[in-house]
Amino acid sequence: MNAHTDNIAQYNFAYLDEQTKRMIRRAILKAIAIPGYQVPFASREMPMPYGWGTGGVQVTASIIGTDDVLKVIDQGADDTTNAVSIRAFFQKVANVAVTTHTADATIIQTRHRIPEEPLKSGQVLVYQVPIPEPLRFLEPRETETRKMHALEEYGLMHVKLYEDIAQHGHIATTFAYPVKVEGRYVMDPSPTPKFDNPKMHMSKALQLFGAGREKRIYAVPPYTRVESLDFEDHPFEIQTFDEPCALCGGTNVYLDEVVLDDRGGRMFVCSDTDNCEARRAEGHRGHLSGEEAATV
Amino acid sequence: MYVAVKGGEAAIQNAHRLLADRRRGDRNLPSITLEQIASQLSLAVDRVMSEGSLYDTGLAALAVKQARGDMIEAIFLLRAYRTTLPRFGYSRPVDTAAMLVERRVSATYKDLPGGQLLGPTFDYTHRLLDPELAEDAAPAAPEARSEAEEAMPRVSDILANEGLIEEDGSLPEDREPGDITREPPEFPMERDQRLQALSRGDEGFLLALGYSTQRGYGRNHPFAGEIRIGEVDVEIDVPELDFPLTLGRIRVTECQMVNQFKGSKKVPPQFTRGYGLVFGQSERKAMAMSLCDRALRANELDEDITAPAQDEEFVISHCDNVQATGFVEHLKLPHYVDFQAELGLVRQMRREYEERHKGAAADTERREAAE
Repeated sequence: MNAHTDNIAQYNFAYLDEQTKRMIRRAILKAIAIPGYQVPFASREMPMPYGWGTGGVQVTASIIGTDDVLKVIDQGADDTTNAVSIRAFFQKVANVAVTTHTADATIIQTRHRIPEEPLKSGQVLVYQVPIPEPLRFLEPRETETRKMHALEEYGLMHVKLYEDIAQHGHIATTFAYPVKVEGRYVMDPSPTPKFDNPKMHMSKALQLFGAGREKRIYAVPPYTRVESLDFEDHPFEIQTFDEPCALCGGTNVYLDEVVLDDRGGRMFVCSDTDNCEARRAEGHRGHLSGEEAATV
Repeated sequence: MYVAVKGGEAAIQNAHRLLADRRRGDRNLPSITLEQIASQLSLAVDRVMSEGSLYDTGLAALAVKQARGDMIEAIFLLRAYRTTLPRFGYSRPVDTAAMLVERRVSATYKDLPGGQLLGPTFDYTHRLLDPELAEDAAPAAPEARSEAEEAMPRVSDILANEGLIEEDGSLPEDREPGDITREPPEFPMERDQRLQALSRGDEGFLLALGYSTQRGYGRNHPFAGEIRIGEVDVEIDVPELDFPLTLGRIRVTECQMVNQFKGSKKVPPQFTRGYGLVFGQSERKAMAMSLCDRALRANELDEDITAPAQDEEFVISHCDNVQATGFVEHLKLPHYVDFQAELGLVRQMRREYEERHKGAAADTERREAAE
């Protein structure tokens, strides 16, 4: 263990040097000042690969302090491999307290989900973002998309959504569903399912988005309007599930489908593992948690 | 019964133990030393230094060893270390005219001051596998140059004396050279930043793009004006001193392509330059880089942009192999939340499709019955 600590002693608290943190904090402040605007920043190479959360890790590393409590989730779960790896990274380089409980965390770094439990004032939700540009798949050029944002020229996005409706009768975007922030910038909420979009609206927590490879940071300050794009006659809808969580019986939560056998057997369980565990601790039961209920 | 994907932590630890074991390989064989890698796999080390943007043969050799010979992984390791190092200054531009040249060839002049110098090249070797190398056959000692060293002016300078080639670009007095590792890149880029990105860009990607320009996708008629490999001094200015201090020497490969240019409204017909400079000995990379550099100057030279190699955003955004490998490989990470969303959508669309289909079939039946 000693050799371990000697070894990492050559890195600064939370890995990044203070100059870099200052640069990132300035980008974050600018992002907060212009909600939804993508601020370019001089993203660093991190000791994990691009595309694996380097943007989120840099944001977290720049804002974390010794008294913070960190939670890391991937797909809603604290125990997915990449979440484990990122949490271990911060334990190693910043020696901070970590938790799996949403309510206990001051900083929550996430990939692909927003916790089910409403966030509180003072909490920061850090999103890992692969492609920050909501218009990227409509226009591959950064030079063009920046112009479109500057001119608030979002017609292309509305045409895309309209084409979905013309073709399928409904909008066929299920995750990374574009939102408009405070009535100005169209923003990519990162690849969260559209189920989570309403949680961003008027959130009490600060939401920070880091895209390391694409070198962009953006933010949604607390109590900011976040509206999912839609049409009057085709209002935005979130996913619904036909059955409750098989373990905790939760409804109105996002579920993962787990394949049980090769004969079509499957079950649906909470994607947010912390929320599911908390509910089970409270005594809630789903139809497949029989033997656990017996042990309580 | 449902088994959650728990135990990520233990699984990761075990995977890494297995990795360390496989990296070491057969314990009956001696472990390969960093010195062996640096001296006998020196071109691998050079590539790692060049694309890792850090000149340190020892660390690059360590990275090659740690990465089990995976070049991009080794480059990544070196980059992740480099990024933690403080900047204490920027060197003066290296003077490649004053290089201690080990190899220098020009395809544009048969002979020239300083002569052609083949140096340690694979060129003109017959690519026949050498069974003797499987044994430990000692190679003959190399011939040492005996004659006094002659000055070796750059081919671009020879052409420039006649005014037949454009000037080397120069920055305005007040402009500091960019640093793509310290400022977010914005398009369109200046050439200094572009050259930095190309110099650390993936050899394979630039090779393919350079090749594409030769095959007509953005053709610009290149001649290899000169390729030189050797050591140059790295000097810095120290505020208290009125002369530059030499920090040390680095080995670099420089390539200057000479390209046709018919002239424009502002500029008379003359040759133009494509420039490549990389750490260590890597001619292929330096040549590919100079082809790409020239292709990317299309806008500056009022040329039509018709090919991928001329498209700055396309080339620069995709030439970094550390970025590319990270994002391609991130597809391995769990995506089941999004996949669940897509699964729901596809099921819904299938339902709608089948309903429409059934409706249409019923319609046809009804129509047939009516007829």
